Amino acid sequence: MDHETKQPGDPSSVVLCPDGPILIRGDFEIVTPSGDPVPRHRNTVALCRCGASAIKPYCDGSHKLIKFRTGVPSTVDEDS
Amino acid sequence: MKKPEPRGPVSAELIDLLTRRPGADGAAQTELLGLVTETARLTDDILTDDDLQLALFCLYELHYGGLEGVDDLWEWEPGLIAVRRLLEEPFEQALRSAALVAAGPPADGNNAAAEGKPDSDAVAEMLFALAAQDGGPSLSRYVAKKATIEQLSEFLIHKSVYQLKEADPHTWVIPRLTGRPKAALVEIQADEYGGGRQHRMHSALFARTMDGLGLDSSYGSYVDAVPAVALASVNMMSLFGLNRRLRGAITGHLAIYEMTSSRPNHLYGGGFRRHGFGAEVTEYFDEHVEADAVHEQIAGRDLAGGLAEAEPELLEDILFGATAALAIDARLTAHIVEAWQDGRSSLRTPLPAPA
Ligand code: FES
Ligand SMILES: [Fe+2]
Ligand SMILES: [Fe+2]
Repeated sequence: MDHETKQPGDPSSVVLCPDGPILIRGDFEIVTPSGDPVPRHRNTVALCRCGASAIKPYCDGSHKLIKFRTGVPSTVDEDS
Repeated sequence: MKKPEPRGPVSAELIDLLTRRPGADGAAQTELLGLVTETARLTDDILTDDDLQLALFCLYELHYGGLEGVDDLWEWEPGLIAVRRLLEEPFEQALRSAALVAAGPPADGNNAAAEGKPDSDAVAEMLFALAAQDGGPSLSRYVAKKATIEQLSEFLIHKSVYQLKEADPHTWVIPRLTGRPKAALVEIQADEYGGGRQHRMHSALFARTMDGLGLDSSYGSYVDAVPAVALASVNMMSLFGLNRRLRGAITGHLAIYEMTSSRPNHLYGGGFRRHGFGAEVTEYFDEHVEADAVHEQIAGRDLAGGLAEAEPELLEDILFGATAALAIDARLTAHIVEAWQDGRSSLRTPLPAPA
């Protein structure tokens, strides 16, 4: 496995889920462009990146229905 | 919970035994062992055997909240553990055959296993693929479009056997994991248990949904009403959760539950809104649309995938847990939808007409 495992103690991490949402855990805030907080019910959230969710900004699993494909993100190793 | 009504000789003898002092009546225990051996051998299908599923359910319940009027010492009484194992063995076999049928011809999973080094992304992908081929009649579409208010109540009653202790069977495995899969499971379970807020526990949200329909939301209140296969669905989780050797199966089970949840819960919520119910009732479903879109990612990749990376020999059981969950729940769904389509109640004892 060359992908990075979770680092304990990291302030926050962003996981690009293959064919799915962006998972964010740690210490962060989600705000509207004017800075108002977006309602949030849990520590770790999944943000929709396929555009099909009915509960944006969060993912509701619709990416599976529309067969959203992301491809594999390139890693630091590959780039350098 | 209160003691359920027996459904045959085994559950009758077990429940009777449990009302006595543990160890007081060795002869009765020996008799029960003999009866269970015989009955388990003769049953046509243990998955739909009311008597045996209820007996197993009662035995497992001793490890959860217990049964009213039953001495807590019974939990580890060697004679009862022996009975449990006599039931678990054919039950596990039946689940393995059901899972095999559901899984169809062996897919990439076995290649990854053969290469000896499954990768967590590949495991997640396999599980998502399994979840996607989940066919059969759809309970969620029926609930969304057609279910009457009585059918909505029946739906909640079937679900209540598990949902009022939602997440508990998977919690058993936490001390059996280490590292990445352990952290992943704890992250999911924290959410299931409301992130520390009692009223946000998923079991508490489900109780409020039941209250909103005028149902009794105390734990176990409808166990007598549900068919054997509904008990089998919950017994399966206890079997996987309570046996360390099946730790792969319980993680696969959780992953597939999370992966087949967001969309159905969106539809369930719609069914209740169609009948005019508000947020108090639909919150349980709304919460699951959002939560399980998070949980499915963590459960597939970090929990099941992480476990497969750490212990590659468990991959087979991870897939077994996932396919068994799909197979049993498909049978329960078929039971419910067929009854409704015939205009019958899907419960063993229909609900009394609303007052
Ligand atoms: S990424 Fe999941 S719904 Fe868009
Ligand atoms: Fe939940
Ligand atoms: Fe969940």
